Amino acid sequence: MIKQISIFASNEPGQIVKVTNVLSEQNIDIRAMCVADTQDFGIIRLIVSDTKKAKEALKSNNCVVSTTEVLGIKIPDRPGSTKKALELLADNNINLDYMYAFITVSKEYAYVVMRVQDAPAAEKILAENGIELISQQDMETL
Amino acid sequence: MGEYYNPEIETASREEIDKIQLERLQKQVKHVYENVELYRKRMDDLGVKPEDIKTLDDLRKLPFTSKQDLRDTYPYGMFAVPMSQVVRLHASSGTTGKQIVVGYTEEDLDIWRTCCARQLVAVGATREDKVHVSYGYGLFTGGLGLHGGSQKLGCTTIPVSAGNTARQLTIMQDFGSTILGSTPSYAMYLGESAEKAGIDTSKLPLRVGIFGAEPWTEEMRQKIEKSLNIKAYDIYGLTEICGPGVAYECTEQNGMHVNEDHFIIEIIDPETGESVPDGQKGEIVFSSITKQAFPLLRFRTKDIGVITHEKCACGRTFVRMSKPLGRVDDMLIVRGVNLFPSQIEAVLLKKGQSPNYQIVVDRQGTLDSIEVRIEMSEDIFSDTTSDITRMEKSLENEFKSALGIKPKVRLVSPNTIPRSEGKAVRVVDKRHVYGG
Repeated sequence: MIKQISIFASNEPGQIVKVTNVLSEQNIDIRAMCVADTQDFGIIRLIVSDTKKAKEALKSNNCVVSTTEVLGIKIPDRPGSTKKALELLADNNINLDYMYAFITVSKEYAYVVMRVQDAPAAEKILAENGIELISQQDMETL
Repeated sequence: MGEYYNPEIETASREEIDKIQLERLQKQVKHVYENVELYRKRMDDLGVKPEDIKTLDDLRKLPFTSKQDLRDTYPYGMFAVPMSQVVRLHASSGTTGKQIVVGYTEEDLDIWRTCCARQLVAVGATREDKVHVSYGYGLFTGGLGLHGGSQKLGCTTIPVSAGNTARQLTIMQDFGSTILGSTPSYAMYLGESAEKAGIDTSKLPLRVGIFGAEPWTEEMRQKIEKSLNIKAYDIYGLTEICGPGVAYECTEQNGMHVNEDHFIIEIIDPETGESVPDGQKGEIVFSSITKQAFPLLRFRTKDIGVITHEKCACGRTFVRMSKPLGRVDDMLIVRGVNLFPSQIEAVLLKKGQSPNYQIVVDRQGTLDSIEVRIEMSEDIFSDTTSDITRMEKSLENEFKSALGIKPKVRLVSPNTIPRSEGKAVRVVDKRHVYGG
């Protein structure tokens, strides 16, 4: 499992800038980012190089932050890879809250971050079917 | 100079008015002393007897009445006649959970009708008019109040009541309404709806509007006059005193004449309770000097206003009061519903939320909107938008059941609700309903 930080953002200009400013000041690298939005507010979800430091820095800058454990998988950067992983979850009746994907400089792999309702079961099923799970350490050193 | 419904009294000299007021006040003080326990006790405590009222200034010796007194004596503690003489009850909206109930004898109703008939005549109504009453009918005094005046004057009275705008417009066109009575915000809405429906209001026989029951501004007046192609007049009243018709505007559109043969107005300093002179702002206080069933002495309205005894060009001599210029307390009137910030706070506390909130009232087009802003905190933050949206909805429903209207709940970033001297600014009213 990997740690994701979620930050509350009211729906007005400059909210994401503020978050990225704080992180850049602290020399924290953003590995992955996703913004969920509603009409009134958004949730900024981040995977960063130093979760603890990021959380503290954001909190001291008046941000509402929470940490969530999410599932990370490493899949071949090829058509059909994401489909395979998602089908495994669906076939086993595991509901997905949200997900987002990213790639790195390596052209070989892509990464998918997801929050599911039954994480242990998901981990088990994915691992059993040859999908590589990534750890917090993997993320930090990407 | 126009027509008057009761020319003799409406244009009487100050001496005549004072004389009538004193006679009636003396009689009324005796009536309440004998029949209302609360007044007898209060006057005894102050050492005042009905015989002590020898001049109009002696009114100041009498105790004030507050809204709380009416709640404490709910339902019939302030009634001064046997119920067999009470022919009608009305009630305040009771959104705070504690409504108040008022009663009328047949004579009280007739006086009320007279007061409203004076309003109608003062804005040019005659028996030929068709009065379209869009105030709500029921326990609210608006509908039946204006209805009574219109019928007494002999106008063709159309009891449409509130709501169903399309039907209102059809009636207005088909029945040929000439005078409209409604809340000013509803009149604005009707104007807009007429435009949307492609109705050319300049072709309608409607020529006058009588608007009250909520604060409104000169800007609103101009908008209503333009959109409905009418002259718009102000009417003042409150359930506790009788309903609409306590004071009425004439065609001069320069303040509302208080029906002084039935009500005495005072303007006081809300802190000290002392009278303030003409032209100075203060809390409006009314005494009803003819009401039999539910007579009130020195009722503190919590409305802020100004009075003037200067002669009005219309020829009426009754003192004129300004539109309410604000409130002594922090009461808000939103879509005709009275509410206090403390009610919002109570709901937040009950739901275990931080009571750090801000109320933003606005008027979008013609309809009031109310938003309650709450600062997001770690206690309530969730990683999924659906959890947060669900919490917002649940709070909205909680507010709806506590306040009677449903505000929008908006979560905002921490420390974004402005604080002044450590105290949060609780209410932002963007409507500027009191002008300025």
